[in-house]
This record gives sequence, structure tokens and C-alpha cells, in this order.
Amino acid sequence: MAVMTLLDAVNDGLKTEMAHDDRVVVFGEDVGKNGGVFRATAGLQDEFGEARCFDTPLSECGIIGTAIGMALYGLRPVPEIQFLDFIYPAFDQIVSEAAKMRYRSGGEYTCPMVIRSPYGGGIRGGHYHSQSSEAYFCHTPGLKVVIPSTPADAKGLLTSAIRDEDPVMFLEPKKIYRTMKAEVPAGEHVVPLSKGRIVREGSDCTVVAWGAMVEVCEKAANELANRGKSIEIVDPRTLVPLDENIILESVKKTGRLCTVYEAPKTGGFGSEIIAIVAAKAIEYLEGPITRVTGFDTPFPYTLEGIYMPTVQRVVKGVEKTFSW
Amino acid sequence: MTKSSQSNGKRTATARRSSGDKPVSVMDAKGKSGRSNDPGLDKDELLLLYRVMVMTRMMEERALNLQRQSRIGFYVPCTGQEASHVGTAFALRDSDWVFPAYRQPGIMLLRGAPTQQIVDEWYGNEGDLCKGRQMPVHNSFRAINFVSISSPIATQLTQATGAGIAAKYRGEDTVVMTYMGDGGTSENDFHAGLNFAGVFNAPVVFVCENNHWAISVPLERQTASETIAIKAEAYGMPGVRVDGNDVLAVYQVAKEAVQRARQGKGPTLIETVTYRVGPHSSSDDPTRYREDSEVEAWRKRDPIERFKAYLKTKRIWTQDLEDEMRAEIKTEINDAVKQAETKANPSPASMFDDVYRDMTSQLAEQRDELLSSGQLGPDEEGAFPL
Repeated sequence: MAVMTLLDAVNDGLKTEMAHDDRVVVFGEDVGKNGGVFRATAGLQDEFGEARCFDTPLSECGIIGTAIGMALYGLRPVPEIQFLDFIYPAFDQIVSEAAKMRYRSGGEYTCPMVIRSPYGGGIRGGHYHSQSSEAYFCHTPGLKVVIPSTPADAKGLLTSAIRDEDPVMFLEPKKIYRTMKAEVPAGEHVVPLSKGRIVREGSDCTVVAWGAMVEVCEKAANELANRGKSIEIVDPRTLVPLDENIILESVKKTGRLCTVYEAPKTGGFGSEIIAIVAAKAIEYLEGPITRVTGFDTPFPYTLEGIYMPTVQRVVKGVEKTFSW
Repeated sequence: MTKSSQSNGKRTATARRSSGDKPVSVMDAKGKSGRSNDPGLDKDELLLLYRVMVMTRMMEERALNLQRQSRIGFYVPCTGQEASHVGTAFALRDSDWVFPAYRQPGIMLLRGAPTQQIVDEWYGNEGDLCKGRQMPVHNSFRAINFVSISSPIATQLTQATGAGIAAKYRGEDTVVMTYMGDGGTSENDFHAGLNFAGVFNAPVVFVCENNHWAISVPLERQTASETIAIKAEAYGMPGVRVDGNDVLAVYQVAKEAVQRARQGKGPTLIETVTYRVGPHSSSDDPTRYREDSEVEAWRKRDPIERFKAYLKTKRIWTQDLEDEMRAEIKTEINDAVKQAETKANPSPASMFDDVYRDMTSQLAEQRDELLSSGQLGPDEEGAFPL
């Protein structure tokens, strides 16, 4: 065990898995010599050589397209897209090709790869370094979408993602890259996909959140505890395929639901969770369902702090579930 | 009004004559090869090439016929381009990989894909390897390293480069050959695929079948470059322009490119100069936008007839041989069609398989909901309108 940041846990996860499986190759812009603009891939080129960790030309379409070709040929590529905001030139390859390869070939061609990308706001990045656009990928059959909220989960989920036989979007909450520090098991550490985590047990309201929002919800839960309300926080960890049971069991217990996501409100993945609960557990609800979200605007620079869900907004969102 | 449109509003694509080297050729227009660059294939090899090209043509004729009778929904003919893709692919080993576009059906025949499976895919029936998931002609054959075909243009080019890089990483001497049309050279993946291949010295042979038309858009609207081969220079690789209707020339040029790649000397861009004699697809009517005179001129340069003439000069071709071969092929195709039409649709349950390796609870639930709903037939059958 060692205490490390979420970022270092990603690095540790890559290092451990690259040592474990020589099919794993890491590449992208600035990830080789420089170790990545966030230093997530620091030291990998030195340790494993340039054939296994290398820099590419500046082309997201090229990075992901070549990754798909490598995966088809039998490697386990882990390309990095420097910021999720820049992934769109690769969107065709991800949605049209990687996601559909197994299905369209009757299972003969498969695409085991992990696209790592820092996502989300909170670093004064404005429109193009802050987007939380997981919904596009959650809406694409054939992709898996994984978002860690702790260092141990970052390492463990990344390991599972790399070992998964299907394409995984591994989105790293950059806001807490360096601020989130916790114990991480040394050596091989596997956290299964499609299994959520109870972050905090409670009895009065279920709050579902992922990534950097989990921490915000924990603070909100502390404040609500002072007001006599016991909040259970569920972190799905894998958005698709979702662990529905953990959410449904929680709502059946608490009778209330609030989803929290920093992405724009309309079409955000928290809406999907609400739809599932409405379909399967509506009779358990003792109050209205709420969601605390970003706004339907591009992500602002100066006003970032009020765009993203704050502790107070989460507290208010949860309190609304207590009265019709 | 561009220089390629006539007073009746229809266009030609080959009005512009590019300067520079003539495309490489081996046979003259009448099939005579006095050239020193004849690749010297033996009789069996020559007959194999001929048979594959003829079968490609015969399968396409049958498929278009079936489509007109609404027995299959769609087909993409490659009339006039049989030499261009079959001849280049002939330069590969079985262990090499092919990343096709969607107009290279002869490569499947060349590499031994079972005719039945090719035809089952047209019908999308329960015998289809791809389980009825895609439109006709979007074949996939892992056993012969023929990568799954998709509709988006040029996406295969970057993937081909990735496979080439992977082969190098593994220390294998696999060569990857990938195909696109002149339209494909405009896509982002053309730039990315060739750029990465050049930077990483990937063992990839990029074959651009310049058939002068991207549906109704002529070559001069795709690029201001003099040729397509010249674009290779931008990516640091050799570019070769070859007579795409000369099967021996395309084979020779491909053979050299494959050898270069296999020796670690990196990628090549080959431009085969050919012509799409037929429509873009069974849903296209080129008489709406294209001059008939241009089409007829190219029909006279048919690659199969030209090769037949060559085989005659080599005293390999006989009428008996032709008749016997065509009779065999006709029977093979007929049997496959007959068999295909006895097969049922894939089961509704199968629609939910292969999204991931493992079934998810959500998919199982959706499947069970569909199966128990009793709604196992569509309200109405769609037809592809384009």
C-alpha cells in the first residue's frame, strides 16, 4: 500500500499492467518523452522503451484509428487523448468503427482498447479543457464508459479496462488528479467493471455521482448530516454497462433520489439513471427525484465555480427530495 | 460552370489530362506485352487471375439482377475495376492483411472466401458470418485476414497503419494492403493514415483506385492535385501511378511495393488509374450526371477483355477453357443463391449478441422484453432509397 494521488495511481496502473502484458502499448501526443502534459505517463518510455510508449503526430483521428488497427492485429493499445474536449476528430473512429467492430463482424474481429482522457472542469480550462461529454459515449452501443473517483479505483478500474475485451472510454477527472490522495494497493490491483461502490451509507436519500462530483457530494452529505438527514452516496464507477442493482437497492432503502453530474443538464447521464429508477422503483419513492447539474451552456471560464455543482446546490437538490 | 461540365449539364471526369509520367503499364490496349516489365507469371497464376476477375464480374451481374428483382436489397458493383483490386491483392501472401473499402469483392474470391458465405451476406440470413447485421457487400473474413468492411469512407486507412505498426512491434514481416477510391483521398483518415504510416515507417501499401467518380462527384472536385500519386510526396513515401485496367501492371507495381514494405523500407501509395463503368451502387443512376460517351470510351478498355487478349497471345486462352470456366462459375453462383434463399433470417434474439463479449443485464432485459412482446415481425420493410 502507498498513499498517492489519482494521477500517480493512473501511472502506477499503466506501469503495472505494461509489465504484466507486453501487448499493452501506450501512445498519444506528448505522452512519450514528456510523460504527458499531466505527467500521467511519466517514466513509461524510459522503463519500457519507445516501441511501447511513444509520441504520435498531432491527430486524434490518427491516434484512435491506428489504435483500432493495433487492437485488431492483437495488441492492447491504450492511447491517450490529451483532453476529452479534443476527442471529436476521433469520434467517427470511436463510434463507427471501434464500437461496432465486434457486432458487425459477427464476433470475428474485436477491438480491445482503452482510450484514456482527462475530462471535466475545475482547472480554469474554459470551453475546450473542461467538457464532461461522457453522454455521447454512453449513448453508443458497444462502448464501455468508466470513470474513477478515487486513486485506488483509478488503478483498479484501469487494469480491468485494459484486460477487457471491448473498447473502453476511461475518463479521468482532472480536477482531482492531484488533490485526491489516498491509499492504493501495490502490485496487481483489479476493480471489476460494472460494479458500483457505496461511498457512504445512509438511510434518507440516495445521491448518485461519479468522478469529481463524488467529493462534492460527500461534503454536502456532511452538512446534511448536521441537519439530521442521512445521505447514501453511490458511485457507479462504470456508467456503461451500468450496475443498476446497487442504485435500485439503495433507492428502495432510502426512498429518495438525487443525481449529480457536472455535464450540461439536458441529456446528461444522470437523466438515464433517473429513468431507470422511475421504471423500476417508482413505488419506493417518498419524494420527487432531482438532479443537480451543469447548465445547458458551453463551459464558462470566469464563472466556472458557479457552473459546476457546488456543495450548496447539492444540499438544496437533496433537500427538495424531502417535500412534494 | 466548370470545365468538366457539358452544355447539357452532365459532367466528365477525365477531361483533364495530367502532365507528368504516363501511368505504368505492361500490356498495350490490345493485350500485347512486349514490355520488359512483364512480371512473368506462370500459366496457373495467369489463369487464376483471369478466373477471379471473370467470377467477380459474373457474381456482380447476378447480384444486380437479384437486386432488381428485390431478392437482395442492395449491391455495389465494381465493373471495370476488376484488374485494379485483384491484381494488387495478388501480390500478397496469405498471412498479409487486407483492409478493403467496399468495392473490392474480387479480393475475397482471390483469397478463398467461400462463395456461399459471400452470398449469404447479401441476404443477411442465418448463414451469414456477420449475422445479418450489415447491408450487402459489407463482408468480413477473419480466416483470410480480410478486415470487416464499413460504410464510412477511408476509416480503414488509419486502421491499416495501426495494424502495420503492430506487426512491426511484434517483429513480424506482415504487409498490410488497404484500398480507397479517389473520393477517399479527401477524407481526414487519408491524411492521418498516410501521415502516420510515413512517420512510423509502417509496412502498408495504400492502393487508391482512382475510378474518377465519387457517386456523382468527379475527380476534379476531389482534388486540385495533378494526380493522386503525387500526394505521396507530402507523406514521405513513394507514389506510383499505374494503368488500373492492366492487371499485370498493377500486380507488378504492387509486388514492388509489398517487397519494399516487407524489407522494412516503409509504405507506398499506389494510384490505379481506372474507371467506374457502372453505377456507384444499385441505388445510383449515373445517366443523371455523367456523359455516356465517357463511359463507352472506358467500356472499350475493359480489363477482362484486355487480359483475355494477352492470354490469347500467350496461347493460354481457348474458347473451350472460357466456356468451361464460365459454366463452372455459373453453377457455383446458382447453387449459392439457391442455398441462401432457403435460409431463414437470423433469430431476433441474436440481435442482442456481440455488442460486447459478455451479455449485459440491460441487453438481456431488452431481449427478453422483445421476445415476450409477440412483436417479432416489423410493421413494414424498409428499402434503401439512395
